[in-house]
Amino acid sequence: MAEKINQKQNFLKGIVKENPIFVMLLGMCPTLGVTSSAFNGFGMGVATLFVLLMSNMVVSLVKKQIPSKVRIPAFIIIIASFVTIVEMVLEAYVPFLYEQLGIFIPLIVVNCLILGRAEAFASKNGLLASILDALGMGLGFVMALTVLGATREILGSGSLFGLQFVPENANTFILFILPPGAFIALAYLTVLFNKITVKTS
Amino acid sequence: MDYIVILIAAVFVNNIVLSQFLGICPFLGVSNKVSTSIGMSGAVLFVMTIATLATYLLHQFILVPAGLDYLRTITFILVIAALVQMVEIILKKVSPPLYQALGVFLPLITTNCAVLGVAILALGLENGSLLKAVFFAIANSLGFALALIVFASIREHLELANIPKGMKGVPINLLVAGLLSLAFLGFTGLV
Repeated sequence: MAEKINQKQNFLKGIVKENPIFVMLLGMCPTLGVTSSAFNGFGMGVATLFVLLMSNMVVSLVKKQIPSKVRIPAFIIIIASFVTIVEMVLEAYVPFLYEQLGIFIPLIVVNCLILGRAEAFASKNGLLASILDALGMGLGFVMALTVLGATREILGSGSLFGLQFVPENANTFILFILPPGAFIALAYLTVLFNKITVKTS
Repeated sequence: MDYIVILIAAVFVNNIVLSQFLGICPFLGVSNKVSTSIGMSGAVLFVMTIATLATYLLHQFILVPAGLDYLRTITFILVIAALVQMVEIILKKVSPPLYQALGVFLPLITTNCAVLGVAILALGLENGSLLKAVFFAIANSLGFALALIVFASIREHLELANIPKGMKGVPINLLVAGLLSLAFLGFTGLV
Protein backbone atom coordinates (compact mmCIF):
# COMPACT_ATOMS: atom_id res chain seq x y z
CA MET A 1 0.00 0.00 0.00
CA ALA A 2 2.76 2.41 0.96
CA GLU A 3 4.42 1.73 -2.37
CA LYS A 4 1.24 2.56 -4.25
CA ILE A 5 0.98 5.97 -2.58
CA ASN A 6 4.63 6.53 -3.38
CA GLN A 7 4.09 5.80 -7.07
CA LYS A 8 1.13 8.13 -7.16
CA GLN A 9 3.21 10.92 -5.67
CA ASN A 10 5.93 10.10 -8.13
CA PHE A 11 3.54 10.79 -10.96
CA LEU A 12 1.81 13.82 -9.46
CA LYS A 13 4.89 15.74 -8.34
CA GLY A 14 5.79 16.78 -11.88
CA ILE A 15 2.39 18.30 -12.53
CA VAL A 16 2.17 20.77 -9.64
CA LYS A 17 4.74 20.58 -6.86
CA GLU A 18 7.82 20.26 -9.05
CA ASN A 19 6.36 21.61 -12.27
CA PRO A 20 9.29 21.81 -14.70
CA ILE A 21 8.39 25.28 -15.99
CA PHE A 22 6.78 27.24 -13.19
CA VAL A 23 8.76 25.81 -10.28
CA MET A 24 12.02 24.32 -11.57
CA LEU A 25 12.55 26.58 -14.61
CA LEU A 26 13.88 23.77 -16.78
CA GLY A 27 13.67 23.80 -20.55
CA MET A 28 13.01 27.50 -20.86
CA CYS A 29 14.23 27.93 -24.45
CA PRO A 30 11.45 25.96 -26.19
CA THR A 31 8.98 27.25 -23.61
CA LEU A 32 9.54 30.82 -24.66
CA GLY A 33 10.47 30.17 -28.27
CA VAL A 34 7.55 28.20 -29.67
CA THR A 35 4.53 29.23 -27.60
CA SER A 36 3.16 31.92 -29.90
CA SER A 37 0.05 29.72 -30.26
CA ALA A 38 -1.61 27.04 -28.16
CA PHE A 39 -1.18 24.37 -30.85
CA ASN A 40 2.56 25.00 -31.21
CA GLY A 41 3.01 24.84 -27.46
CA PHE A 42 1.02 21.61 -27.28
CA GLY A 43 2.98 20.07 -30.18
CA MET A 44 6.31 20.94 -28.63
CA GLY A 45 5.12 19.61 -25.27
CA VAL A 46 4.07 16.26 -26.74
CA ALA A 47 7.34 15.90 -28.69
CA THR A 48 9.28 16.55 -25.49
CA LEU A 49 7.04 14.19 -23.49
CA PHE A 50 7.78 11.40 -25.98
CA VAL A 51 11.55 11.92 -25.85
CA LEU A 52 11.48 12.21 -22.06
CA LEU A 53 9.44 9.01 -21.64
CA MET A 54 11.61 6.97 -24.00
CA SER A 55 14.91 8.25 -22.63
CA ASN A 56 13.84 7.71 -19.03
CA MET A 57 12.80 4.14 -19.89
CA VAL A 58 16.02 3.29 -21.71
CA VAL A 59 18.24 4.94 -19.12
CA SER A 60 16.56 3.09 -16.26
CA LEU A 61 16.94 -0.21 -18.15
CA VAL A 62 20.63 0.15 -19.01
CA LYS A 63 21.76 2.09 -15.94
CA LYS A 64 23.77 -0.84 -14.61
CA GLN A 65 25.70 -1.27 -17.86
CA ILE A 66 26.83 2.36 -18.09
CA PRO A 67 30.09 3.19 -16.26
CA SER A 68 29.44 6.25 -14.15
CA LYS A 69 32.31 8.23 -15.67
CA VAL A 70 30.81 8.28 -19.15
CA ARG A 71 27.17 8.39 -18.12
CA ILE A 72 26.46 11.94 -19.30
CA PRO A 73 27.67 11.38 -22.90
CA ALA A 74 25.81 8.06 -22.90
CA PHE A 75 22.58 9.75 -21.79
CA ILE A 76 23.05 12.42 -24.45
CA ILE A 77 23.38 9.78 -27.19
CA ILE A 78 20.22 8.03 -26.00
CA ILE A 79 18.33 11.33 -25.96
CA ALA A 80 19.71 12.43 -29.32
CA SER A 81 18.61 9.16 -30.96
CA PHE A 82 15.00 9.69 -29.87
CA VAL A 83 15.13 13.34 -30.91
CA THR A 84 16.22 12.26 -34.38
CA ILE A 85 13.25 9.88 -34.52
CA VAL A 86 10.86 12.67 -33.50
CA GLU A 87 12.42 14.97 -36.07
CA MET A 88 11.89 12.45 -38.88
CA VAL A 89 8.33 11.56 -37.83
CA LEU A 90 7.28 15.20 -37.58
CA GLU A 91 8.83 16.05 -40.93
CA ALA A 92 7.01 13.15 -42.59
CA TYR A 93 3.56 13.35 -40.98
CA VAL A 94 3.09 16.87 -39.54
CA PRO A 95 5.15 19.09 -41.89
CA PHE A 96 3.19 22.16 -40.76
CA LEU A 97 4.28 21.73 -37.15
CA TYR A 98 7.80 20.81 -38.28
CA GLU A 99 8.07 24.18 -40.06
CA GLN A 100 6.66 26.07 -37.08
CA LEU A 101 8.92 24.53 -34.45
CA GLY A 102 11.99 24.73 -36.71
CA ILE A 103 15.30 24.80 -34.88
CA PHE A 104 13.67 23.94 -31.56
CA ILE A 105 13.13 20.30 -32.58
CA PRO A 106 16.84 19.36 -32.75
CA LEU A 107 17.30 21.50 -29.64
CA ILE A 108 15.15 19.09 -27.59
CA VAL A 109 18.51 17.32 -27.12
CA VAL A 110 19.79 20.11 -24.91
CA ASN A 111 16.51 20.56 -23.02
CA CYS A 112 17.81 20.47 -19.46
CA LEU A 113 14.56 18.85 -18.30
CA ILE A 114 15.30 15.59 -20.15
CA LEU A 115 18.96 15.25 -19.19
CA GLY A 116 18.04 16.39 -15.68
CA ARG A 117 15.45 13.60 -15.21
CA ALA A 118 17.79 10.99 -16.71
CA GLU A 119 20.56 12.00 -14.32
CA ALA A 120 18.52 12.76 -11.21
CA PHE A 121 15.83 10.09 -11.44
CA ALA A 122 16.03 7.38 -14.09
CA SER A 123 19.66 6.51 -13.37
CA LYS A 124 18.73 5.72 -9.76
CA ASN A 125 15.24 4.21 -9.98
CA GLY A 126 13.42 1.24 -11.48
CA LEU A 127 11.51 1.06 -14.76
CA LEU A 128 7.99 1.69 -13.47
CA ALA A 129 9.00 4.60 -11.26
CA SER A 130 10.96 6.13 -14.16
CA ILE A 131 7.99 5.81 -16.51
CA LEU A 132 5.67 7.48 -13.98
CA ASP A 133 8.22 10.20 -13.33
CA ALA A 134 8.58 10.89 -17.07
CA LEU A 135 4.80 10.94 -17.57
CA GLY A 136 4.25 13.32 -14.66
CA MET A 137 7.05 15.69 -15.61
CA GLY A 138 6.12 15.47 -19.30
CA LEU A 139 2.45 16.23 -18.63
CA GLY A 140 3.45 19.15 -16.40
CA PHE A 141 5.54 20.43 -19.29
CA VAL A 142 2.75 19.93 -21.87
CA MET A 143 0.26 21.70 -19.62
CA ALA A 144 2.56 24.65 -18.95
CA LEU A 145 3.37 25.08 -22.64
CA THR A 146 -0.25 24.78 -23.70
CA VAL A 147 -1.44 27.28 -21.08
CA LEU A 148 1.32 29.73 -22.01
CA GLY A 149 0.59 29.25 -25.73
CA ALA A 150 -3.15 29.68 -25.19
CA THR A 151 -2.65 32.87 -23.13
CA ARG A 152 -0.42 34.38 -25.78
CA GLU A 153 -2.71 33.31 -28.63
CA ILE A 154 -5.87 34.67 -26.96
CA LEU A 155 -4.27 38.01 -26.15
CA GLY A 156 -2.11 38.30 -29.25
CA SER A 157 -4.27 37.03 -32.10
CA GLY A 158 -7.71 36.73 -30.51
CA SER A 159 -8.01 33.03 -31.24
CA LEU A 160 -7.56 29.69 -29.49
CA PHE A 161 -6.18 26.58 -31.23
CA GLY A 162 -6.66 28.50 -34.49
CA LEU A 163 -10.35 29.31 -33.88
CA GLN A 164 -10.80 33.06 -34.34
CA PHE A 165 -13.25 34.62 -31.89
CA VAL A 166 -12.76 38.32 -32.53
CA PRO A 167 -13.62 40.13 -35.80
CA GLU A 168 -11.04 39.96 -38.58
CA ASN A 169 -9.59 43.48 -38.19
CA ALA A 170 -9.99 43.87 -34.44
CA ASN A 171 -7.09 45.32 -32.46
CA THR A 172 -5.36 42.65 -30.40
CA PHE A 173 -2.26 42.80 -28.19
CA ILE A 174 0.20 41.98 -30.98
CA LEU A 175 2.91 42.32 -28.32
CA PHE A 176 1.99 38.92 -26.91
CA ILE A 177 2.83 36.97 -30.05
CA LEU A 178 6.12 38.86 -30.42
CA PRO A 179 9.20 37.77 -28.43
CA PRO A 180 8.77 40.23 -25.47
CA GLY A 181 5.26 38.86 -24.91
CA ALA A 182 6.72 35.43 -24.14
CA PHE A 183 8.72 36.75 -21.20
CA ILE A 184 5.92 38.98 -19.92
CA ALA A 185 3.19 36.32 -20.19
CA LEU A 186 5.39 33.72 -18.45
CA ALA A 187 6.23 36.22 -15.68
CA TYR A 188 2.57 36.79 -14.84
CA LEU A 189 1.63 33.12 -15.22
CA THR A 190 4.38 32.22 -12.72
CA VAL A 191 2.97 34.73 -10.24
CA LEU A 192 -0.50 33.24 -10.74
CA PHE A 193 0.81 29.68 -10.36
CA ASN A 194 2.65 30.55 -7.15
CA LYS A 195 -0.44 32.25 -5.76
CA ILE A 196 -2.63 29.21 -6.46
CA THR A 197 -0.16 26.64 -5.08
CA VAL A 198 0.50 28.68 -1.94
CA LYS A 199 -3.23 28.89 -1.27
CA THR A 200 -3.88 25.16 -1.71
CA SER A 201 -0.95 23.90 0.30
CA MET B 1 29.08 44.40 -46.62
CA ASP B 2 27.61 40.96 -46.09
CA TYR B 3 29.59 40.62 -42.91
CA ILE B 4 28.45 43.96 -41.48
CA VAL B 5 24.84 42.93 -42.09
CA ILE B 6 25.41 39.59 -40.32
CA LEU B 7 26.99 41.39 -37.37
CA ILE B 8 24.20 43.95 -36.93
CA ALA B 9 21.49 41.36 -37.48
CA ALA B 10 22.95 38.95 -34.94
CA VAL B 11 23.72 41.49 -32.23
CA PHE B 12 20.70 43.80 -32.43
CA VAL B 13 17.90 42.70 -34.75
CA ASN B 14 17.74 38.95 -34.18
CA ASN B 15 19.46 38.91 -30.82
CA ILE B 16 20.06 35.28 -29.99
CA VAL B 17 18.68 35.51 -26.46
CA LEU B 18 16.05 38.20 -26.60
CA SER B 19 14.39 37.42 -29.90
CA GLN B 20 15.42 33.85 -30.75
CA PHE B 21 15.24 32.43 -27.22
CA LEU B 22 18.44 30.42 -27.36
CA GLY B 23 20.58 30.18 -24.25
CA ILE B 24 17.86 31.25 -21.83
CA CYS B 25 19.17 29.00 -19.03
CA PRO B 26 22.54 30.77 -18.60
CA PHE B 27 20.79 34.06 -19.33
CA LEU B 28 18.57 33.62 -16.27
CA GLY B 29 21.02 31.51 -14.26
CA VAL B 30 24.34 33.34 -14.22
CA SER B 31 23.17 36.91 -14.58
CA ASN B 32 23.08 37.99 -10.94
CA LYS B 33 26.50 39.67 -11.09
CA VAL B 34 28.15 41.61 -13.90
CA SER B 35 31.53 39.97 -13.26
CA THR B 36 30.20 36.39 -13.63
CA SER B 37 28.22 37.36 -16.72
CA ILE B 38 31.39 38.69 -18.36
CA GLY B 39 33.15 35.39 -17.59
CA MET B 40 30.26 33.41 -19.04
CA SER B 41 30.19 35.58 -22.17
CA GLY B 42 33.89 34.97 -22.69
CA ALA B 43 33.46 31.23 -22.35
CA VAL B 44 30.52 31.23 -24.79
CA LEU B 45 32.48 33.28 -27.33
CA PHE B 46 35.32 30.80 -27.11
CA VAL B 47 33.28 27.59 -27.31
CA MET B 48 30.70 28.80 -29.83
CA THR B 49 33.38 29.85 -32.31
CA ILE B 50 35.35 26.61 -32.07
CA ALA B 51 32.21 24.47 -32.05
CA THR B 52 30.80 26.11 -35.16
CA LEU B 53 34.15 25.73 -36.93
CA ALA B 54 34.28 22.02 -36.06
CA THR B 55 30.64 21.19 -36.82
CA TYR B 56 30.68 23.13 -40.11
CA LEU B 57 33.70 21.16 -41.32
CA LEU B 58 32.17 17.89 -40.07
CA HIS B 59 28.92 18.62 -41.90
CA GLN B 60 30.57 19.77 -45.15
CA PHE B 61 33.25 17.09 -45.49
CA ILE B 62 31.84 14.03 -43.76
CA LEU B 63 28.07 14.07 -43.27
CA VAL B 64 27.01 15.52 -46.63
CA PRO B 65 29.36 13.49 -48.89
CA ALA B 66 28.41 10.32 -47.02
CA GLY B 67 24.69 11.09 -47.16
CA LEU B 68 24.40 10.99 -43.39
CA ASP B 69 22.71 14.33 -42.95
CA TYR B 70 20.08 12.81 -40.66
CA LEU B 71 22.78 12.15 -38.05
CA ARG B 72 23.32 15.89 -37.72
CA THR B 73 21.79 16.28 -34.24
CA ILE B 74 23.60 13.31 -32.68
CA THR B 75 27.01 14.07 -34.15
CA PHE B 76 26.85 17.80 -33.42
CA ILE B 77 25.98 17.39 -29.76
CA LEU B 78 28.71 14.79 -29.31
CA VAL B 79 31.29 16.99 -31.01
CA ILE B 80 30.27 19.92 -28.82
CA ALA B 81 30.40 17.85 -25.63
CA ALA B 82 33.81 16.43 -26.51
CA LEU B 83 35.08 19.84 -27.55
CA VAL B 84 34.08 21.45 -24.29
CA GLN B 85 35.95 18.77 -22.34
CA MET B 86 38.99 19.20 -24.58
CA VAL B 87 38.99 22.97 -24.26
CA GLU B 88 38.82 22.57 -20.50
CA ILE B 89 41.82 20.21 -20.40
CA ILE B 90 43.90 22.30 -22.79
CA LEU B 91 43.14 25.58 -21.01
CA LYS B 92 44.12 24.06 -17.69
CA LYS B 93 47.56 23.14 -19.07
CA VAL B 94 48.25 26.04 -21.41
CA SER B 95 46.77 29.06 -19.73
CA PRO B 96 45.90 28.70 -16.03
CA PRO B 97 44.76 32.35 -15.64
CA LEU B 98 42.28 32.00 -18.51
CA TYR B 99 41.17 28.67 -17.07
CA GLN B 100 40.52 30.33 -13.74
CA ALA B 101 38.42 32.99 -15.37
CA LEU B 102 36.37 30.67 -17.59
CA GLY B 103 36.76 27.25 -15.98
CA VAL B 104 33.61 27.06 -13.90
CA PHE B 105 31.44 28.06 -16.85
CA LEU B 106 32.75 25.52 -19.33
CA PRO B 107 30.81 22.42 -18.15
CA LEU B 108 27.60 24.46 -18.17
CA ILE B 109 28.05 25.30 -21.82
CA THR B 110 27.49 21.77 -23.11
CA THR B 111 23.80 22.10 -22.34
CA ASN B 112 23.65 25.69 -23.53
CA CYS B 113 21.30 25.41 -26.45
CA ALA B 114 22.76 28.57 -28.00
CA VAL B 115 25.91 26.66 -28.98
CA LEU B 116 24.07 23.82 -30.73
CA GLY B 117 21.51 26.27 -32.11
CA VAL B 118 24.12 28.51 -33.72
CA ALA B 119 26.00 25.49 -35.10
CA ILE B 120 22.79 24.35 -36.83
CA LEU B 121 21.71 27.84 -37.94
CA ALA B 122 25.17 28.47 -39.42
CA LEU B 123 24.54 25.65 -41.93
CA GLY B 124 21.58 27.52 -43.37
CA LEU B 125 23.32 30.84 -44.11
CA GLU B 126 22.95 32.27 -47.61
CA ASN B 127 26.03 31.69 -49.81
CA GLY B 128 27.55 29.99 -46.81
CA SER B 129 31.27 29.51 -46.45
CA LEU B 130 33.43 28.43 -43.55
CA LEU B 131 34.55 31.99 -42.89
CA LYS B 132 30.97 33.22 -42.89
CA ALA B 133 29.84 30.49 -40.49
CA VAL B 134 32.62 31.30 -38.04
CA PHE B 135 31.90 35.01 -38.32
CA PHE B 136 28.21 34.26 -37.70
CA ALA B 137 29.16 32.39 -34.51
CA ILE B 138 31.32 35.28 -33.29
CA ALA B 139 28.57 37.81 -34.03
CA ASN B 140 25.99 35.72 -32.18
CA SER B 141 28.20 35.28 -29.15
CA LEU B 142 28.67 39.06 -29.06
CA GLY B 143 24.88 39.36 -29.13
CA PHE B 144 24.70 36.89 -26.26
CA ALA B 145 27.32 38.88 -24.32
CA LEU B 146 25.47 42.16 -24.87
CA ALA B 147 22.14 40.77 -23.67
CA LEU B 148 23.68 38.97 -20.68
CA ILE B 149 25.77 41.92 -19.45
CA VAL B 150 22.97 44.47 -19.83
CA PHE B 151 20.58 42.12 -18.03
CA ALA B 152 23.08 41.49 -15.21
CA SER B 153 23.61 45.22 -14.70
CA ILE B 154 19.85 45.74 -14.40
CA ARG B 155 19.58 42.85 -11.94
CA GLU B 156 22.31 44.31 -9.74
CA HIS B 157 20.21 47.46 -9.40
CA LEU B 158 17.02 45.47 -8.85
CA GLU B 159 18.40 44.08 -5.62
CA LEU B 160 17.90 47.47 -4.01
CA ALA B 161 14.43 47.99 -5.46
CA ASN B 162 11.23 47.53 -3.54
CA ILE B 163 9.48 44.67 -5.34
CA PRO B 164 5.97 43.39 -4.50
CA LYS B 165 6.16 40.10 -2.60
CA GLY B 166 4.57 37.90 -5.25
CA MET B 167 6.83 39.25 -7.99
CA LYS B 168 10.12 38.56 -6.20
CA GLY B 169 12.63 36.20 -7.77
CA VAL B 170 11.77 34.61 -11.08
CA PRO B 171 8.75 36.69 -12.17
CA ILE B 172 10.49 40.06 -11.88
CA ASN B 173 13.50 38.73 -13.79
CA LEU B 174 11.29 37.47 -16.58
CA LEU B 175 9.47 40.80 -16.67
CA VAL B 176 12.75 42.70 -16.93
CA ALA B 177 13.88 40.34 -19.70
CA GLY B 178 10.58 41.06 -21.46
CA LEU B 179 11.11 44.82 -21.27
CA LEU B 180 14.69 44.40 -22.51
CA SER B 181 13.40 42.31 -25.39
CA LEU B 182 10.84 45.03 -26.11
CA ALA B 183 13.67 47.55 -26.32
CA PHE B 184 15.52 45.33 -28.79
CA LEU B 185 12.35 45.11 -30.87
CA GLY B 186 13.06 48.74 -31.73
CA PHE B 187 15.94 47.57 -33.94
CA THR B 188 13.54 45.69 -36.24
CA GLY B 189 13.96 46.78 -39.84
CA LEU B 190 17.51 48.03 -39.32
CA VAL B 191 18.87 45.57 -41.87
